[in-house]
Amino acid sequence: MNALIDILASAGLWAAVLRIATPLILGTLGALLSERSGVLNLGIEGIMTFGAMIGWLAVYNGADLWTGLLIAALGGAVFGFLHSVLTVTLGLSQHVSGLGVTLFASSFAYYVFRLMVPVTGTPPTIEPFKPIDILGLSSLPFLGPAFFTQTAPTYVAIVLAVVLAYLISRTPIGLAIRMTGENPHAAEAQGINPMAIRYGAVIAGSALMGVGGAFLTLSAFNSFFPTMVQGRGWICIALVVFASWRPERALFGALLFAFFDAFQLRLQTVLSGVVPYQIFLMIPYLLSIAALAAMARRARVPQALMQPYRRGER
Amino acid sequence: MTGPVLELDRISKQFGDNLANHDISLNLAKGEIVALLGENGAGKTTLMSILFGHYMPDSGKVTVMGRELPPGKPRAAIRAGVGMVHQHFSLAPNLTVLENVMTGTESLWLPASNAAAGRKKLLEISERFGLKVDPDARLGDLSVGEQQRVEILKALYNDARILVLDEPTAVLTRIEADKLFSTLKDMARQGLSLIFISHKLDEVMATADRIVVLRGGKLVAERKREETSKAELAELMVGRAVKRPVRDASTPGEVVLEAIGVTVRTGGVDRLKSVDFRLRAGEVLGIIGVSGNGQATLAQLLSGTAQRSAGSLVLFGEETADLTVADAVTSGIGRIPEDRNREGVIGEMTIWENAILERLSRFSRLGLVDRKAGVAFAARIIQAFDVRGGSPTSRVRLLSGGNMQKLILGRNLIEPPRILLAAQPARGLDEGAVAAVHQRILEARRAGTAILLISEDLDEVMALADRIQAIVGGRLSPSLDAEDADARSLGLMMAGEWEEREVVDAV
Amino acid sequence: MRFERREHRPAALVVAAPMIAVAAALAVAGVLIALAGAPVLEAYWKILTSAFGSRLSVTETLTRASPLILTGLAAAVAFRARLWNIGGEGQFYLGAIAVAAASARLFDGWSSAAQIPLLFIIGAVAGMLLLLVPLWLRLRFSVDEVVTTLLLNFVSLLFVSMLIDGVLKDPLAFGWPQSEAVDAAARLPKLLTRSRLHIGLVMAVAIAFAIHFVQSRTVFGVRSRAAGLNPTSAVFAGVPLGRTLVIVAMISGGLAGLAGTIEVLGVKGYVTSDLSPGYGYSGIVVAMLANLNPLGVVLAALFTAAMFVGADGMSRSVGIPTYIADVTVALSLLSMLIAVFFTQYRIRR
Repeated sequence: MNALIDILASAGLWAAVLRIATPLILGTLGALLSERSGVLNLGIEGIMTFGAMIGWLAVYNGADLWTGLLIAALGGAVFGFLHSVLTVTLGLSQHVSGLGVTLFASSFAYYVFRLMVPVTGTPPTIEPFKPIDILGLSSLPFLGPAFFTQTAPTYVAIVLAVVLAYLISRTPIGLAIRMTGENPHAAEAQGINPMAIRYGAVIAGSALMGVGGAFLTLSAFNSFFPTMVQGRGWICIALVVFASWRPERALFGALLFAFFDAFQLRLQTVLSGVVPYQIFLMIPYLLSIAALAAMARRARVPQALMQPYRRGER
Repeated sequence: MTGPVLELDRISKQFGDNLANHDISLNLAKGEIVALLGENGAGKTTLMSILFGHYMPDSGKVTVMGRELPPGKPRAAIRAGVGMVHQHFSLAPNLTVLENVMTGTESLWLPASNAAAGRKKLLEISERFGLKVDPDARLGDLSVGEQQRVEILKALYNDARILVLDEPTAVLTRIEADKLFSTLKDMARQGLSLIFISHKLDEVMATADRIVVLRGGKLVAERKREETSKAELAELMVGRAVKRPVRDASTPGEVVLEAIGVTVRTGGVDRLKSVDFRLRAGEVLGIIGVSGNGQATLAQLLSGTAQRSAGSLVLFGEETADLTVADAVTSGIGRIPEDRNREGVIGEMTIWENAILERLSRFSRLGLVDRKAGVAFAARIIQAFDVRGGSPTSRVRLLSGGNMQKLILGRNLIEPPRILLAAQPARGLDEGAVAAVHQRILEARRAGTAILLISEDLDEVMALADRIQAIVGGRLSPSLDAEDADARSLGLMMAGEWEEREVVDAV
Repeated sequence: MRFERREHRPAALVVAAPMIAVAAALAVAGVLIALAGAPVLEAYWKILTSAFGSRLSVTETLTRASPLILTGLAAAVAFRARLWNIGGEGQFYLGAIAVAAASARLFDGWSSAAQIPLLFIIGAVAGMLLLLVPLWLRLRFSVDEVVTTLLLNFVSLLFVSMLIDGVLKDPLAFGWPQSEAVDAAARLPKLLTRSRLHIGLVMAVAIAFAIHFVQSRTVFGVRSRAAGLNPTSAVFAGVPLGRTLVIVAMISGGLAGLAGTIEVLGVKGYVTSDLSPGYGYSGIVVAMLANLNPLGVVLAALFTAAMFVGADGMSRSVGIPTYIADVTVALSLLSMLIAVFFTQYRIRR
């Protein structure tokens, strides 16, 4: 019992929560934006992998860290464009297209990585983002190390969640995205081009996914290795349902999820030898499934999600 | 009088081999109400979709207030002051009324939506035309009539000067429809110009200043209201005198199905509330009502896809437990579903598979499908019911709506059923196909089948039914003999008036 | 420009679609090989010879194709009923570990004839169970099975990792996480001596024919197709939707579990956490390439296996990463999707 309290009282836990949450926040926001327009993007796992690789590779070859993130965003956008062509223009199954994009983006990432970085004993590293100090807040007792020792992309991710929440609920473009996700025919009747909106949302969402992946290699770690995304993309898809397609809840969901993850990591060290570590590693996936089961019926699904839109066909 | 506010000039449009619009010209004056009359497939909706920029015409042009519209650009049509009220509302159920109205009206890249100004404008318009709505209600929570109001408001909010309404009364009760038409006349008096699409002669004659008749994609006639009659319009619309068959007198046989206090609860809501009805061999019981009042559930109950939560169902004199689809089929209940494409057939499967799907146990041995027998069965249906456009092994998707319905009728009637459930059997069919469907239903009646006809079309019910009950809010009215029914009494029934009368009687 | 639905699908186009798709994928892969500075034509030639050039390479390709046929069938059967089982990988591992555990612990010393059939059943049941969970979640809570099956892949792999690092760990494996070896009597007979090719291949092909028969001739086949194409109409016609999906899930999960089973009993003899080079995921590609046709699955699996074996040899000889095989397979999935689209639609101005 004391061990649990120790864990909760350590600033390191809370710092880890924010760090673990960041790629999830970015990925979930990306998936959410795309789904709000009516397109499920299962390419997320591969896009995050590709973002992690290309961002890292750019920095490894001399680009600065922010340029690395930008390149990851562009890389994500390219795959988003591919997914849009398949699902919006051609109206193919969003499930299968998304899986195809994931398989392609991740294997392509591994291929490029291996091509550019020959096999060595220890993986090459880069100098990742450093924690920044906002207005000296990091020197606050407990709160400082717990919440204000993050790297810049973490704060950017949190701000993005707020921005996206505002964008979706309060701006004309947000309204157009929602209308397209609920009823593309209605959007068309109001003079909005549902195809263009879907392209935009999928591409922008994929850029966010790319950045989410790049956070792993440019901030959380300092090197790239295959399979490092480890199902985070799928967890993001589950978090979108958990968040009932609302950005502010997505932020909360990602933080909650990261809390459990950070907590189990520390519990692992306390209970090592008693409980196999794999049990702890299963927890995030099982939690995601539980979250889906709890929320699937209650969540307000965009009515046109996964329905291709073709002009003139109802 | 100034020039026309709208001119359609020699519009043509072809889909595949189907000439949807052929060289149609039409104009509209300020403050005028024009009815576009025609059967399903006459090209009315295509013409209006071209006007609104949903489709590109193959040739011809659209001029609004003297300016030509670029083809295929809905936004340009909206800007020019054309508003469209779709038959299937173009609304998003999860958004609020205000959001539905405002979407797309502001420049997309503004940093904030001006909801306060939008609300003010919406309330002004709704005040001016007497279209009351709550701007913050979630659209999906509104009744169908209210949703239509939102659809109209949406067009007016875009400063529409020309309003196009596609079959506006299809989903309304008679009272709602009357109210709508008085609103439309009021709009015309305030200087708006209206086109409404319809195939109902009554409302056309009651509302329009001018009537344009389309048939087979061509404009066949244009009449001022004062100079024409229902009879003339009917003939122009159909192009030939199609006579719908009418039932002859008969004496019904024994009671084959009786529902006593049946309640059906799905998704936590009582969709049918303690309904009573009896069905006798050789008679047609018509269930009328505005859609969404429990018809679908009533149909599901008899087709075996919904189970009752209270009450009893006596089938052929025996109390039944839960009625499954298999029970329904084997005990001789024929089932014509409301929505052909969604429930009736599987488009990607072959005609023979669709013909036997509900009787797979009969057309199989040891779990193996007897393809030969299935194909033969389908061939028999195709022959006897004149299904055109496919062989037993071609996919159903290739059939037209009327031929799909013939296939469904055929699989139910080729071996005469004891009970026939017919839900909206003629919906969306052209006049010739309607007559064929009615003919088949009356033949079954003559052969002693008990028929439950669920329909929104009063003419259809009056022509076919021996007795009529109305369904309102999941309740069934007492039955009325068809001989005693007229449009007024049925209208009252459909509005749920019988309940009030009962209360009055009780007092 | 717009797309118009074709009334009839030209048979020639349907047959040609997978070939066009594969050719397109190979062409794009060629660009990637060229960008890497390797000779493209030589690379293609090396892929071909490495996959089919010698007795050893042919048997290797066929050995690889065996589990792929089964995971491909698992995906094809499920997708046809619109059950999105993306969990083939997890079911593969669960089948594998169940078999390894049973053979090492329960059937030690039994004869081949007694234990092999039982092991097949055990492996299949393990795969089934893993798929019934997401199906239950879908039927009970309306949870999309795509995400749950994907997530369960990770859970399943961790579970296997836990067992081979714990109770089932082979004490003779120098500390490597590896399960105890299966009983010698449980190993599948070889088809050819001096090769890894085992009777699992024959079994997989036989199952493909059996499934083709079931889908085209039986009541269950018609019903599961109806359930996939239009669930509302299927229910109206009396198809028991839940029960049909449960049976489909049992077949699909069972086949993926069986793939793991033959890989353990036929090839490796024990379980490691890299037993599968993504057989579960590649199975999805195989199913799509085959247009969900069970007999087509056999050919598609053969192509995919040849790509993996061929690219492996090619990459070693021309010096580019072996991942080119995964890239090509993923590309052929994407191009197949597009090719199938154009068998159903045509472009109109």
